[in-house]
Amino acid sequence: MSVTYLVAYDGSDSAKRAAEFAAKQAKLSAAELHIVHVLEWSPYSFLTPDELAERHKRRTQELERANNHILKPLLDKLEESGYTATGEVQYGNPAKMLSQIADEKQADMIFAARSGDSSFASMMLGNVSSTLVQIATVPVTIVP
Amino acid sequence: MRLSRFFTLITLLLMSFSASANIGDTIDSAFAASTGWFVDLIFYPISIMGVGVPWIVGWLVIAAFVFTIYFGFIQFKGFGHSIALVKGDYSDPKDAGEVSHFQALATALSGTVGLGNIAGVAVAVSIGGAGATFWMILAGLLGMATKFTECTLGVKYRNEYEDGTVSGGPMYYLDKGFKERGLPGGKILAIFFSIFCIFGAMGGGNMFQANQAHAQITNVVGDYPGIITGLVMAAVVFAVIIGGLKSIARVTEKVVPFMGIGYVIIALIILITNYDKIAWAFGEIISGAFTESGIAGGVIGAIIQGFRRAAFSNEAGIGSAPIAHSAVRTKEPVTEGYVALLEPFIDTVIVCTMTALVIVITGQLVQDPQTGLYLLNEAGGIQTASGATDGVPITSAAFGSAFAWAPYALAVAVVLFAFSTMITWSYYGLKAWTYLFGEGKTKELIFKLLFCFFVIVGAASSLNAVLGFSDAALFAMGIFNIIGLYFLMPIVKREVQSYNQRLRSGEIKKYK
Repeated sequence: MSVTYLVAYDGSDSAKRAAEFAAKQAKLSAAELHIVHVLEWSPYSFLTPDELAERHKRRTQELERANNHILKPLLDKLEESGYTATGEVQYGNPAKMLSQIADEKQADMIFAARSGDSSFASMMLGNVSSTLVQIATVPVTIVP
Repeated sequence: MRLSRFFTLITLLLMSFSASANIGDTIDSAFAASTGWFVDLIFYPISIMGVGVPWIVGWLVIAAFVFTIYFGFIQFKGFGHSIALVKGDYSDPKDAGEVSHFQALATALSGTVGLGNIAGVAVAVSIGGAGATFWMILAGLLGMATKFTECTLGVKYRNEYEDGTVSGGPMYYLDKGFKERGLPGGKILAIFFSIFCIFGAMGGGNMFQANQAHAQITNVVGDYPGIITGLVMAAVVFAVIIGGLKSIARVTEKVVPFMGIGYVIIALIILITNYDKIAWAFGEIISGAFTESGIAGGVIGAIIQGFRRAAFSNEAGIGSAPIAHSAVRTKEPVTEGYVALLEPFIDTVIVCTMTALVIVITGQLVQDPQTGLYLLNEAGGIQTASGATDGVPITSAAFGSAFAWAPYALAVAVVLFAFSTMITWSYYGLKAWTYLFGEGKTKELIFKLLFCFFVIVGAASSLNAVLGFSDAALFAMGIFNIIGLYFLMPIVKREVQSYNQRLRSGEIKKYK
């Protein structure tokens, strides 16, 4: 029975630190490492007619950018440092999507960076990491 | 850089406009002389039991009736499935990030929910009495079948380009669908549809909106020159459709649905506070629908007003909605038809009915206490408690009688509704324009500049003939679209039969 660690990754510096920390932990416990990048998206948002017509094109571009400029550089860097990892890009609500993927992959733990945002808006509306802590069905490690 | 170019443009427009403003009357009479026959043709009244009915209203309602029968009352049988589709129950999670059914519906609705629901309904009940509401609801329910038909075709025959963008609408299904069935004339119908779609976009989707928005603002803040409203609105429209300032459009697209919901909630509050009169109001609506209530034209008058308002408000059969709906990402065109049939329901059966109920329940329509018949004013309409005769002022007075601040909120709502309708129609018009002239940056820019110019013309002028013509153009779209729908409906039937079969067999998966 293999162990799987999931990493929430948005390309920020703190997320990079979280990924590196998770990679070290994964190596120690011989766990598989899976990096997830979620593009914020709601099927209930409102779009203009122009945006409707261009949506498929934009989505293709967004996925390409996310894969090539956010996910791939991290996977390459991890590989250079001697860690192996897989990754995926998804659309959706970040916290919900991470929790869902953790369930699907039967992951044992999710690693996420703390948001580092102590603004009023963040306190009132929450942020990805604090929501994740509340809704995830597996342990969550918040990396400062 | 962009800003300076913008101001140069505005100055140019202003110069051309100040010249045209002086000769506004000349333009109007010239327009009346050259296009009056067309307006008369579109709204040509057919006499039914002594009351003139514009034949185009009959054309739209009969079509809705035919589609309702042909598709076996799909608007009632498929209603639950429509809701499930909008909720995303059948959406493949892998397609997240693509246009959802909900988004296509919301965008198409923002083009139809607007002045018709606020002003148009008030006109209908102030001429046709409470009974007009009944017929309006009936026509709205029938119109759902028309939307189902046209939006299914819109998705089925859309153009998908290599870069992933899509173009769809009646011009594409008329053209491609007729070819597929081996029928002649599809291209000609498509061309005529596109021509009138451009006129309709400039008129009903633009000048009329700007004109009414200005009228509503002056109603609240007092009179001032319309050119100011026109310039401000044109500048904002310019920023959105040419400047690519998507944020403004996005804000409106977000605010408008909430205004729509807010409008219904306020109406509901007024109804609840007058709960003792709800039974009476429905009684008035039913009895007014079938018995003499003192209005001009009697029961037939009520039917005409109701049908007319429903047709004008939800645009079922006009062919505008398929343009917005065709962008959705779906393998099954029928699913978009199911989703689109909710449009007339929300627009007419819910929002229009709310307006009518509030007007009736707040006692805006004056009745003779002895006979219970409506008292008529000199123009032949029903006397209103506030003395208002125009659409928005009647609704404004009705809401104002319950909440003093309501007229101000209504003014804001009217302006925002007008703006979102303009943005949506600028897109509809552009699609027709590119169908006729081909895609290309310069060609598209010409259309967009013209569109901005007509915002100013619409707000600044009281060019009745111009407005009359653009209104007629909007309905002329429906002539060509519905001819096409009659010929193409067997294709939709095949699609829907195959879809429903696969839905029953479980081949079409439910994800939620």
